[in-house]
Amino acid sequence: MSRTKTDFWVGLFVLLGAAALVFLALRAGNMSTFSFAPTYTLTASFDNVGGLKARAPVKSAGVVVGRVGAIAFDNKSFQATVTLNVESSYQFPKDTSAAILTSGLLGEQYVGLTAGAEEENFAAGGKIRYTQSAVVLENLISKFLYNTADKQGSTPNSPK
Amino acid sequence: MTSNPISMLGGWVLGIVRGVGYFTRFFVALLARSGIALRRPRLVSQQVHFIGNYSLLIVAVSGMFVGFVLGLQGYYTLNRYGSEEALGLLVALSLVRELGPVVTALLFAGRAGTSLTAEIGLMKAGEQLAAMEVMAVDPLRRVLVPRFWGGVIAMPVLAAVFSSVGILGGWVVGVRLIGVDAGAFWSQMQNGVDVWADVANGVLKSLVFGVTVTLVALYEGWHAQPTPEGVARATTRTVVVGSLAVLGLDFLLTALMFGN
Repeated sequence: MSRTKTDFWVGLFVLLGAAALVFLALRAGNMSTFSFAPTYTLTASFDNVGGLKARAPVKSAGVVVGRVGAIAFDNKSFQATVTLNVESSYQFPKDTSAAILTSGLLGEQYVGLTAGAEEENFAAGGKIRYTQSAVVLENLISKFLYNTADKQGSTPNSPK
Repeated sequence: MTSNPISMLGGWVLGIVRGVGYFTRFFVALLARSGIALRRPRLVSQQVHFIGNYSLLIVAVSGMFVGFVLGLQGYYTLNRYGSEEALGLLVALSLVRELGPVVTALLFAGRAGTSLTAEIGLMKAGEQLAAMEVMAVDPLRRVLVPRFWGGVIAMPVLAAVFSSVGILGGWVVGVRLIGVDAGAFWSQMQNGVDVWADVANGVLKSLVFGVTVTLVALYEGWHAQPTPEGVARATTRTVVVGSLAVLGLDFLLTALMFGN
């Protein structure tokens, strides 16, 4: 086989590999959800972040407006400090509240932002004051069980 | 002397250590002579053509069938728990993390590794390598280094093709034949597969396997006894040692990459 023909087939082979990698990254992987838009950071403290992970989406009204940057434990307030990278094109008023929500019953957890009514918007590095922790299923169940037990205890003639 | 069990144990251990030493020296010698790959890239590209292009068909066809089977079996299990939408995630993660690099490396050992070993073993048996040395051409540099880099370049490409074709195979069975929702199939996959943690680690794995299999194949050919039986034995050993090394390394790499 002549040299140029070999070169052509090798080039095609390598291109095929590159195309396969692009396919894996964009179609199978989450590369297409990477956003290279400029972002600004907001922080929020939660009593419990549940299963929230870095790079989880930050949504407002169901639309992805940013990503969770970092999750750290604050040893002074004993709370979790979550850094949110919000895209610069989205501005939120200063009394916006943040909650950790779950998509579906078993889905991944994300941070939901609910815009407030104040006129002034957050500056970069702002701190979200109103937060709501993740719902921990075990706590809910134990609360429910204690409630039921209390009710049964308060009614003396309750059938067992 | 050799009937003494303690001496036998000692000889056995020393034999293993000697083998590891020879292998490492061989690897270092190849790396030290790798400059030729940059000076005469055409030598490498010929080997990529020989090793890579000719392995493409078997790798792509195997990938497709592995994807088909993953689609069928995954659907069977997931359907019991009413979560057949996760089929795309299952197919993609299995392929990108494990099956793509490992099965490609096993096929690569069988398809390209054996031919490398046989080629070099026959060159040795025909005294071509000795003739090169007489002509002051270093056979390690001229013959082995281009084959080594050809294999190292070809393997990740083949593994990426295997995974992609496999995912398409899973899509054909899951979405086209069984009727899993196409949107859920792809969106679950994109939610669960991370570019760095999964795809890039898979590529890294395939690179390590490429180095391993090519090195084993070249080593066996280089150290083959220059007889027909010797070359036959070396070719067999390439497949056995190469496959076992890939499987062992895969366990190690998986524990390191995805262990936490």
